Amino acid sequence: MTRTSDIGVMDKTRNIGIAMTRREDERLLTGGGRFLDDLPFGDFYEAAILRSNYPHARILAVNTDAAKRLNGVIAVFTANELGPILKDLPPKVVHPKLNYQVRLAIAKEYVRYIGEPIAVVVAENRYIAEDALELIEVDYEPLGSVGSTAEALKVGAPLVHVGSETNVAVHIIQQAGDPEAALKTAPHVLSETFEVTRGGGHSIEGRAVAARFDEVTRQLIVWDNTQAPHYVRQMLATIYEVGEDEIRLIAPADIGGGFGPKAQFYGEEVLIPWIAMEIKHAVKWIEDRWENFVSATMERSQTHRVEVGFDEDGHLLVLKDVFEHDQGAYCVGLQVPTITMSTLPGPYVIPNIHSELIACYTNIVPTSSLRGAGRPQAVVAMERMMDRIAEHLGIEASEVRRRNLIQPDQFPYAVGLTFRDGSPLTYDSGNYPELLDGVLSRIDLKAFRGEQAAARKTGKFLGLGLAMFVEGTGIGPYEGARVRLTNRGRVLVSLAASPQGQGYETVYAQVAADALGCDIGLVEVRHGDTSFIPYGQGTFASRITATVGPAVWEASGELRADIISVAASLLKTDVGGLDLRGDAVEVVGDPEKRVTLADIASIANVGRHGMSVPRDLPVAIERTSYFKPTQAVYSSGISAVIVSVDVETGKIEIIRSILGHDCGNVLNPLLVEGQILGGHAHGIGNAIYEEAKYSRDGQPQAVSYLDYALPTAMEVPTPELFHVISPSPLNPLGVKGSGEGGTIPLPASVANAVEDALRPFGARICELPLTPQRVLAAVYGLPKLES
Amino acid sequence: MKPSRFTYHAPTDLDEVLDLLAKYGDEAKVLAGGQSLIPMLNFRLLAPAHLIDINRVSELRNYLLDDSGLNVGALVRHRELETSPEVELAYPILHEGLTNIAHVQIRNRGTVCGSLAHADSAAELPSIMVALDASMNVRSQSSQRSVRAEEFFRFHLTSDLDSSELLVSVDIPALGTGTVGVFDEITRRKGDFALVGAAVLGTWDSGGKIQDCRIVCSGVAPTPLRLREAEQFVSGTDLSDDVLVGVQQLVMESLEPTEDIHTSAEYRKKVTGVIVRRGLARLTDQRRAIHV
Amino acid sequence: MSETIDIDPIESKLWITLTINGSKGSYFVEQRLTLADFLRKEVGLVGTHLGCEHGSCGACTIIMDDKAVRSCLLLAVQADGASIETVEGLARDGALTPLQEAFRAHHALQCGYCTSGFLLSLVARLREGPIETEAEARESLSGNICRCTGYTGMVSALLSLSNSNGEDGEKP
Ligand SMILES: Cc1cc2nc3c(=O)[nH]c(=O)nc-3n(C[C@H](O)[C@H](O)[C@H](O)COP(=O)(O)OP(=O)(O)OC[C@H]3O[C@@H](n4cnc5c(N)ncnc54)[C@H](O)[C@@H]3O)c2cc1C
Ligand code: FES
Ligand code: FES
Repeated sequence: MTRTSDIGVMDKTRNIGIAMTRREDERLLTGGGRFLDDLPFGDFYEAAILRSNYPHARILAVNTDAAKRLNGVIAVFTANELGPILKDLPPKVVHPKLNYQVRLAIAKEYVRYIGEPIAVVVAENRYIAEDALELIEVDYEPLGSVGSTAEALKVGAPLVHVGSETNVAVHIIQQAGDPEAALKTAPHVLSETFEVTRGGGHSIEGRAVAARFDEVTRQLIVWDNTQAPHYVRQMLATIYEVGEDEIRLIAPADIGGGFGPKAQFYGEEVLIPWIAMEIKHAVKWIEDRWENFVSATMERSQTHRVEVGFDEDGHLLVLKDVFEHDQGAYCVGLQVPTITMSTLPGPYVIPNIHSELIACYTNIVPTSSLRGAGRPQAVVAMERMMDRIAEHLGIEASEVRRRNLIQPDQFPYAVGLTFRDGSPLTYDSGNYPELLDGVLSRIDLKAFRGEQAAARKTGKFLGLGLAMFVEGTGIGPYEGARVRLTNRGRVLVSLAASPQGQGYETVYAQVAADALGCDIGLVEVRHGDTSFIPYGQGTFASRITATVGPAVWEASGELRADIISVAASLLKTDVGGLDLRGDAVEVVGDPEKRVTLADIASIANVGRHGMSVPRDLPVAIERTSYFKPTQAVYSSGISAVIVSVDVETGKIEIIRSILGHDCGNVLNPLLVEGQILGGHAHGIGNAIYEEAKYSRDGQPQAVSYLDYALPTAMEVPTPELFHVISPSPLNPLGVKGSGEGGTIPLPASVANAVEDALRPFGARICELPLTPQRVLAAVYGLPKLES
Repeated sequence: MKPSRFTYHAPTDLDEVLDLLAKYGDEAKVLAGGQSLIPMLNFRLLAPAHLIDINRVSELRNYLLDDSGLNVGALVRHRELETSPEVELAYPILHEGLTNIAHVQIRNRGTVCGSLAHADSAAELPSIMVALDASMNVRSQSSQRSVRAEEFFRFHLTSDLDSSELLVSVDIPALGTGTVGVFDEITRRKGDFALVGAAVLGTWDSGGKIQDCRIVCSGVAPTPLRLREAEQFVSGTDLSDDVLVGVQQLVMESLEPTEDIHTSAEYRKKVTGVIVRRGLARLTDQRRAIHV
Repeated sequence: MSETIDIDPIESKLWITLTINGSKGSYFVEQRLTLADFLRKEVGLVGTHLGCEHGSCGACTIIMDDKAVRSCLLLAVQADGASIETVEGLARDGALTPLQEAFRAHHALQCGYCTSGFLLSLVARLREGPIETEAEARESLSGNICRCTGYTGMVSALLSLSNSNGEDGEKP
């Protein structure tokens, strides 16, 4: 599958590029995982949270007396008791024009979505805590509410934030060239409206926070299964008004999936540690699935109105996209819609672009990044139109794409827009024609069209759909690694970011071992604890490989230099003739002359009490490196699916799925492919199954897995994967991110395939996911069905 | 998602169960497989004061297949019946229905009678039982009655049982020679409840005509829905293509299905016709298989 | 504060005796405690995970009296007299079972949170006979949900087990 020989980073590579199995697996396979609720916390109390029953209401009174009197209840807190921490939880990504609305950890006067915290019960165990929730009386004054951007933007719609003038959170336009003029002069213009529905992250482990104030060290210790431990610590330090060192934040070694929602910052993360300090007793809160449905951030709901102008040959002249983005009740960050804006043009040369965002507040749990983060929607808007162009001109959709692709010699390619990291949207490297060719070499188009025509005669409807994308990954500001030679003569790599199944313990040992030129068995990786390394940002936006990777590489390289120079000094030789072999440094060609790493540590790190060391001897062999990317690095990919559609029932079967992916050099093919395969399943979920439904006024309709359909092994076919490798010139490893590429194109490619299958019916697929009901409505040409 | 407090009772014989039901009535819930009840307790949608676990009542544990039919006790699990070769042979339609329920792990616990008592309108077994003209054997401390499946299902999640009654077993009459049946459904994913489902049963006579056809749908109404007009339309015919097209048309035009978050009424209307047609077409295949 | 609302904790507990991974023990448990919480909190077998607590995700799957069942949908008191197997009981003497080895070799797990539920479902299934085709593999995986892997590694892992040449079951 992967051509290992092509992905070498340096001559000495021994581990990078190898499909090494994971170090994490043994503990996870034997029930020895260290997930937050599996940790032996002992006598921690357990918290449960009373959440709003109303999508929008004023809270007139909260009576917790009966709850407090229940045997086994330790304490009950509402906003009244939590004054000092009723501070704004600021959005991750903002914009000067944002209609900014304060988000609090716990509702004070208003609740604005079902699921918003109102009270916290602490009890001896979760069972009792939940009993107490039932004893809390809340006096609500229900207010008007909106359950979609369409509702939110209606004239006279109820306002999500009483006192604000509008439900619009932000209205931003980005342009390249002169799109209005180009639309007027383009020989052909097509337009369409596409809707993508809300879906959730659905990590199988929910969110979780535990905290204890350690009276001995006077430090607050917080365990949090977050993707971004340092970010959470920083937020807590700000809100609690303490120094960052007064809080130690630990993301447990094992986290049961993240996918974005666990990279956000939530009220519960403020409440639980604070309450632990207030009651002077350790507390934990484990989110259950119902809470996850109503309180973990989600994504995807956008409505795109797209226009494309093109010439007779299908060359794109102009793209205009105006889209509504559902921000939810508060702005947790504008990263998602701003990513959508800049993902639109994808791999194509488009001289004129108009990308316009209208982000709206709604009475639903806030949205934020979720695997794909705004990209699947942009790809729907763009790639669905590529197929429409092909249909309009009567040429193959693959051909229309081929004619518009940015060519390999055009890099770096400036699109003319700005990316979400604030840098100009400039693609660093890629080979988009090779991706397309990769698909076309696997699907015989002519044969397929023949088969499709023949099948139609027998009442079987086959369709082919493509979708391509370019994905900004590896964003800033920085990420770090600390590498240390330990007293046992081993190398300890400490990372700030916490993994959720990506295999950091394995892959960064590979990188460190190669940079050190040592046996990988000597390297150990740990992560996710603010006491290991002072600063970090976290795991999100497929940024770790391209930021931590280079940081580990650099720090390990420097550590090697230090180790060799200590050895040179001890062996009284010069560094040139030395190399690391096993657990020692040897004189090349004279293995008798050697000094072990443990001895090096003992001399350079442990030292001898009060004794001076030679001037040129490095001491305290420890290196920390923060890699600071100058801009995002751009991965890319293509999805091709062949579907069979039952036009009588609306059921879709995916017969073939092909994924081509380019994330530059591949550090560990097993892990990269794992990321892509998992993303692919998520993409199929978004394309066909997953739908977080809400009523018009914002009541969640799907709050169990009987109503929200996650794909199982029966629904997800094994895709055929291929890699294209365009190393990034922007980091020393030539890597780019791969965490989301499997997800991003699937909604668009499946929709294209279904529309292709239904071409004889002139069916129009404009809403996702493609439930049987939507497919059938398209077959019959029924107007949009409201549920 | 932890259940509220309750008092747990684990009776070991039927009389004890009935006494407890008589005593606690409305305050109590019978716990059979727990595959529907426990989720509701965990979500705190229900908070009965008493839970009467019937899993230790050995006299409810058996099923009996003989010439007169099949009797299924209250503790017979889906999986147990599904894996019985004799039951599969005698009632292919029942076997087919069972394999469509959830997944093995659920079927290992869930009971046939529990599914019937639970009376989910989108479940497979209620429709199949109506098609098979099964009878529910219902007992309380003071009474005993038998209720035909058709009268047993009252509304979505509501059966004819009152709070002091136990569904002790279900009786399924033996199928005559030439009787064939299938169950077909459309679900979002394998193992899900039906968006629409249809149990279709009929008897091929020696002249190659289908007789006494029964068509019962899941998911389209608050209870299993018999499509009597459609039954009449096809009974006595040879189920030729014309008949099949006709019955599909009839169902599509006459059905007024419910709408819920799972799908629209319009969808159910169109697709019920399709699966009824497909089900009937399979009866013809089965006729070939049994060489009537 | 006025009087506390009291529910007698002793009244609501019952004794149960059961066998867990081969060893028999007696426990005094709350009537409403689920089997999953019992295993995790009272016995300390935290390898059994909770993902939904309504029977859908399969993370809590264990084997009870030879059958794969959801431990979130059983009460601990119902397991009185039962024999229970959990993920902790699979690898004896520290050696991974062939199924566990195959999961590792085929990258059938990422975060690993769902893994024990899959393993127990599969152990029960494999006792009924080998899994020989992709369709059988998928069917036997379908009662559990994994959000990380897309199931491909698990399918290959299962097929590699039935492949007597010890081949890897690699895709072409
Ligand atoms: C994830 C999941 C998916 C499922 N998918 C399906 C599906 O696709 N199709 C389907 O049909 N079912 C499905 N089910 C439900 C499953 O089939 C249940 O087993 C069944 O509905 C109820 O049977 P039970 O024995 O578990 O009953 P319980 O859960 O024990 O009881 C259900 C109700 O019936 C009452 N009850 C049970 N037995 C009796 C009795 N003998 N007399 C009087 N009252 C009684 C109980 O008091 C309770 O109110 C699913 C369940 C889960 C968890
Ligand atoms: S936790 Fe039991 S099935 Fe999900
Ligand atoms: S490995 Fe993470 S859910 Fe399966």
